[in-house]
Amino acid sequence: MLATRIRLAVLAATVTVAGATLTACGSAPDNAAADGGSGGAKSAKTATSVADVGGLDQLVKAAKKEGTLNTITLPPDWANYGAIIKAFETKYGIKVKNENPDGSSADEISAVKSRKGQGRAPDVLDLGQSFAISGAQEGLFAPYQVSTWAKIPAGQKHPDGAWFNDYGGYVSIGCDAAKITVCPQTFADLLKPEYKGKVALNGNPTKSGSAYAGVFAAALANGGSLDDISPGVKFFGKLKKVGNYNPVESTPATIEKGETPISIDWDYLNVAYADKYAGKGIQWKVAVPADGVLAQYYSQAINKAAPHPAAARLWQEFLFSPEGQNMWLKGYARPVTLPAMTADGSADAGAVAKLPKVKGTPTFPTEAQATQAKKVLSSTWATTMAG
Amino acid sequence: MATATTEIPSSPKHASGRPTQKAAKKAPAWLAALPLLVFLALAFGIPAIAVLVSAFSVKDPATGTSHLGLDNMTDSLQGAYRTALWSSVKLSAVVAVVGGVLGTILAQAVVASRSTMLREAVLTASGVLANFGGVPLAFAWIATLGNAGLLTTTLGLGDAGWSLYTFWGLVIVYLYFAIPLMVLVMTPALDGLRPQWQEAAASSGATGWQYWRHVGVPVLTPALIGGMVLLFGGAFAAYATAAAMVGATVPLVTLQIADALSGNVLVGHENLALALSLDMVIVAALVMAVYLPLRKRSSRWLD
Repeated sequence: MLATRIRLAVLAATVTVAGATLTACGSAPDNAAADGGSGGAKSAKTATSVADVGGLDQLVKAAKKEGTLNTITLPPDWANYGAIIKAFETKYGIKVKNENPDGSSADEISAVKSRKGQGRAPDVLDLGQSFAISGAQEGLFAPYQVSTWAKIPAGQKHPDGAWFNDYGGYVSIGCDAAKITVCPQTFADLLKPEYKGKVALNGNPTKSGSAYAGVFAAALANGGSLDDISPGVKFFGKLKKVGNYNPVESTPATIEKGETPISIDWDYLNVAYADKYAGKGIQWKVAVPADGVLAQYYSQAINKAAPHPAAARLWQEFLFSPEGQNMWLKGYARPVTLPAMTADGSADAGAVAKLPKVKGTPTFPTEAQATQAKKVLSSTWATTMAG
Repeated sequence: MATATTEIPSSPKHASGRPTQKAAKKAPAWLAALPLLVFLALAFGIPAIAVLVSAFSVKDPATGTSHLGLDNMTDSLQGAYRTALWSSVKLSAVVAVVGGVLGTILAQAVVASRSTMLREAVLTASGVLANFGGVPLAFAWIATLGNAGLLTTTLGLGDAGWSLYTFWGLVIVYLYFAIPLMVLVMTPALDGLRPQWQEAAASSGATGWQYWRHVGVPVLTPALIGGMVLLFGGAFAAYATAAAMVGATVPLVTLQIADALSGNVLVGHENLALALSLDMVIVAALVMAVYLPLRKRSSRWLD
């Protein structure tokens, strides 16, 4: 009886709130029926905005009661995540349990599926966009719209808030100026004979998101388009043939050792390496190649079966507040609300000035274009690069 | 207790009491193996069934429904995946044969030297090196012989056309743990060759070559092939070393499985990855099938 009444109350609350969606209504009854916990947690579980739980203060209270946030695959040296986690912990007194920091989006989705209903399931996810889209199709995420929802550009968010892009960057060429006389500025430069055996990717493009974007950018630089990634694959085939391609997966360790003196990677990672290795005999210079300007963003999503639903929503509010967005910016990543924040003056100007300069406008592949590109990549990459 | 007393009078009907006693002993022996069998069923049976079922279920990306079909299996044997599978088999076979031969020669040298110190030093080192794999191994080689490696730069190997990141580079790195493993496998087998056999052959006028050709190698063949099967399996299943070292320049089936199963790019290729694992299981089973009939022969001579 009590359960029914609460269920009705939750339903009514969900329906009355502006921006409540069909998916939210559909999921509300079975969530409420499945869980017999306290009233606060329950409303957090189905809340699609901070107003649903009665404002930020209520959300903070509910999150503090939960006391823990389960995150997954957030590398501390990636886009300033280490500092972001620490700031969240100190600000709200909530313990962040970060699992498998070097895992992948596929690991995140499989953790969501295999630990449904368990207390150690991840609460929040930081996903490659294609995993965000497919996960939303499978109904794995709880829709939620952060307070700064309007600042997220259209096209960077799911209309219901099942996922929303968080931060991103450009494909860039990092180069150790202490070892390379003239650093390459464009994809065309990479073919020069002086870079023999020196040009590396951050992994295999059928596995690593940044390497995949690197091939896409190379396609744009070589007569390809968002519809056609194959010139990018051919470009790397040519790079291999002239002997410039270096198959070692570039990592902070290979950069420090000098084994990957030129590395195609996200600009925020490359710039962070420059800081990390300054004064260690490595002068890491970063260029966003003008002939292949490609940006990509990662996405946030809340696990529908999150064991700490209030903390999960508070984490999103924190990340998308100017404070959280500026922290990504300090990690040289471009937060998704940067254009709005630049306009209203809440962006950290000093951090913006440190971002690599970009000529030209960024382009984003659509989901259909990305799917097609991956099909081409998985069937041609290994055969082109073999030998 | 009651059954025991009734059994005793019935036993004299047989030629002797032994057969029933033996049967009574056998049952507990089998029971003792039960925990192992249960463990095997849980640790290997369930995953094997899961692999089998998933490899044959095809998921429709639009509707999200699954049905049984051969699509994953046929995909796993085509195009880039076939190249990778073939390349894996080739690499493992080369490592097995080269590692097998070199490891046996090294083991024979150690056994023939009759020096306890040398023997212990080699066996201990082999035990350590046989377990040296993964990313640390790859990195050790990259630091030594990679493009900016110590030896590559001091000796100018790069200009001479040396590259570690090729098929043969990977063979060399794999041999680094395969040869010690072969030494560990072959040393006891070589110990089993009785010195009397060699003396008998010598006093019958056989040359050293003839002794090995007609006595030594035939007796060792099962151990030799068993060791090579082991090396094949080790190289076939190796992943981390190759992933850190060669990326896609040497296509390998384990790398393809990792790309499909755990990555930031390909979505919904899990079942294809499981189909690829099933291909691997089949290849491994075929290789094992060569070895099993030989195991009986090995126990005849060497125990």
